[in-house]
Amino acid sequence: MSGTPETVLATHELTAFYGDFQALFGIDVHVGRGETVAIIGANGAGKSTFLRSVVGQLPSEREQVTHEGKPIGHLQAHEIVRRGIALVPEGRLLFPSLSVEENLRLGAYGKRAGPWKIERVHELFPVLRERRATPGTALSGGEQQMCAIGRALMSNPTLLLCDELSLGLAPVIIRQIYAVLPVIVSEGTTIVVVEQDINQALDVADRVYCFQEGRVSLQGRPDDLSREDVATAYFGV
Amino acid sequence: MSEGAATYRVARGTRASRYGALVAIAGLAVLISLPFWGGRADMRTIVEIAYYLALAQLWNLLAGYAGLVSVGQQAFLGLGGYALFVFAMNAGVHPIAAIPLAGIAAALFAVPTAFIVFRLRGAYFAIGTWVVAEVYMLSFAQVSALGGGSGMSLPAAVVKGIAAGRMWRETAIYWTGIAIAVGAIALVYLLLRSRHGLALTAIRDSEEASSSLGVDNFRTKIWVYIVAAFGTGMVGALVFLTKLRISPEAGFNVVDWTANVIFIVVIGGIGTIEGPIVGVIVFFVLRELLADFGSWYLIVLGGIAVLMMLRAPQGVWGLIAERFDIRFFPVQRRLVFDPASFRFVADDREEDKRDR
Amino acid sequence: MEWLDAIIQGVLLGGLYALFATGLSLIFGVMRLVNIAHGDLIVLAAFLGLAMVNGTGVHPLISLVVIVPVMAAIGYALQRGILNLTLGRDILPPLLVTFGLSIIIQNVLLEVFSADTQRLKAGALETASIAIGEQIAIGWFPLIVFLSAVGVIAALQLVLFRTRLGTAFRATSDDHETAALMGIDNRHVFALAMALALAVVALAGTFMAIRTNFSPAIGPARLLYAFEAVIIGGLGSLWGTLAGGVILGVAQAIGAKFHPGGQILAGHVAFLIVLVLRPNGLFPRTRDR
Repeated sequence: MSGTPETVLATHELTAFYGDFQALFGIDVHVGRGETVAIIGANGAGKSTFLRSVVGQLPSEREQVTHEGKPIGHLQAHEIVRRGIALVPEGRLLFPSLSVEENLRLGAYGKRAGPWKIERVHELFPVLRERRATPGTALSGGEQQMCAIGRALMSNPTLLLCDELSLGLAPVIIRQIYAVLPVIVSEGTTIVVVEQDINQALDVADRVYCFQEGRVSLQGRPDDLSREDVATAYFGV
Repeated sequence: MSEGAATYRVARGTRASRYGALVAIAGLAVLISLPFWGGRADMRTIVEIAYYLALAQLWNLLAGYAGLVSVGQQAFLGLGGYALFVFAMNAGVHPIAAIPLAGIAAALFAVPTAFIVFRLRGAYFAIGTWVVAEVYMLSFAQVSALGGGSGMSLPAAVVKGIAAGRMWRETAIYWTGIAIAVGAIALVYLLLRSRHGLALTAIRDSEEASSSLGVDNFRTKIWVYIVAAFGTGMVGALVFLTKLRISPEAGFNVVDWTANVIFIVVIGGIGTIEGPIVGVIVFFVLRELLADFGSWYLIVLGGIAVLMMLRAPQGVWGLIAERFDIRFFPVQRRLVFDPASFRFVADDREEDKRDR
Repeated sequence: MEWLDAIIQGVLLGGLYALFATGLSLIFGVMRLVNIAHGDLIVLAAFLGLAMVNGTGVHPLISLVVIVPVMAAIGYALQRGILNLTLGRDILPPLLVTFGLSIIIQNVLLEVFSADTQRLKAGALETASIAIGEQIAIGWFPLIVFLSAVGVIAALQLVLFRTRLGTAFRATSDDHETAALMGIDNRHVFALAMALALAVVALAGTFMAIRTNFSPAIGPARLLYAFEAVIIGGLGSLWGTLAGGVILGVAQAIGAKFHPGGQILAGHVAFLIVLVLRPNGLFPRTRDR
């Protein structure tokens, strides 16, 4: 399926509900080690719901989500993070009471070993060193996004999930942020990005899943997909 | 196709509510006639049940519907009690007639009280109301004209003025108790069925959403608070007309007039009219069973309330209603598929009818 | 001079109120929980101290070595076993459950220790004082209580702003869902906050028991003092809570000067005045509620 032998993340018939409202209808996604996978789809297609289910913010069945072969669907968010899955949440969600540096250091709360230390994050985003003492929410949108990525990296994840990295940011900032993804991959991290900006997603991804109304409507390598296929899968027309 | 053409109507009555009404009217008739065939002890217990029922309805209106969790309703109960004594002793008002006046007095005090406690929200509102009740208690203890800290008794002359003969005095108080309980239920029921009822339910379900829909939460809440104070003041007047003696400790007692009431509502089921009725029954049954165990009674009651809140926050009534789908006080508007209108539309489309 | 003395005694009393309030302030800050049983937990600590002092004959201040960790353990268990189940968007469950706990604790204490008023005897410490001039004397014990309050708040500030746990407290307070994404187990962090709060409650309860008579029924009044100190000081500010306690203590001391029965009433009235003039308290930090 993915071509890479080792599967980092797999979901099996994953479903998700908000109360009585069903948001996901049996999603199967496989992510191999070292891959960068993009999930695209229109508003309300279930992309963010998918990430929230994977990290345990929404409940799912034990076997519906596996990480490195082990079932994690039944675990809670804080347990899943400690196993090496980090989420950069939509809207960054920095802690307003914490300084930039405290936000970053809190990312390492689970004390996982790995290449990412605060110095390494500062190397990646030097602005975070300059503004270390400011409250996280006093940063500009792009800087906040960098801080949110840095915070997630501090947990030394084997799998980094990014929700709408480009949301509300200027194109030049978006390019800057997407430029660091290869650096992160080079440290051995696998990445899943959820993105509404199709071009951005197709540029960066090894493989793409397209969601439509809570189901996978298309998947494949960007080069193998025609514009028409993507448009149909995206808009459902 | 036919589905789109079918119409729905908004219904509120349920079958249970219609049978329930008949049973309630019959029961009420029995209760009203009780002085002519029942014992005095029964009458006294029923008056107590009646005023706890009224208090529970009023607290449920505040906490269950308006989201105003007050731990200070004893303020208005004590005020009502003291107002009764003042009206009856100093102004010569007939004690029964003084009861509604005591309610008005409590409501008047509720206005400045609301001005202060509405500055606090949620849980802080709760403790704020408690502070204000303490202030009332400590202040009344300072007024020597009202007996200061030791309180005062209703003079025999005033008591005799209620009605000629002990039987009629007790019957008058008894009927007043029944009237206040029925009145409290009716008040909450009618309020919830009115335009304000929708606003209240909206506030309960989501404060943010209802204010974005243009429901003026603040005004509605203030009104509910004042109305509840009015009712609680009347109950206070009734309580101390039966006790014939009032003191700051007794009038503004948080355990008697708030803790018990909260337990009744929580155990019975918060946010329904039936809940407090069920809760009052549970409360008095438990009290009978545990009468010989002193303070263990409150420990058990508190324990049950805590367990209910954790395991079955919908209360005993909620569990019953879920199990059997019955409602005696239909305050919610329910969409009901209207078969009459369906047939009318479907008559034009024979093939649709055959499909079914 | 008489007034100056009243104010000094009021300030020192305020130290005790600040200790009452610190735990309440901390748990509100971390998990937005208002614990109605807080005052009864203070009284519970006082009775545990009494039982230990009577049982072993140790000095009340030595008993703290046991009472503080015991109360902390009770706090952890209470939060983990009961209160965590009540947290959510709805304010009713925590409020009503802690209200129920308050009534339960009061009546269990009543059954076990009777309604009699009690006092912890601290020997010479109770009466020792420093004379300043002819009319003013500062009692050693009230001074120790006040300095303890300052010390406790300084220590809590250090925990909050200098430790990993403190960062977790503040993050959880901001947004507990996102905090979980950092690997923080909210249930554990909340329970640790309650443990810390009840450790302070143990100190407050023991000091109270040495300073004044106590009985199972006085918990709610301590809750109200604690609450008033928190609101006067402004939500979310521990130093504000100390200031709130001092203002409350001074108001009570001045009230007592005017009228023998006016002490507690004056404290409540001071609180209501602050509430009307400055609804967010004097030194607000969080804007919630």
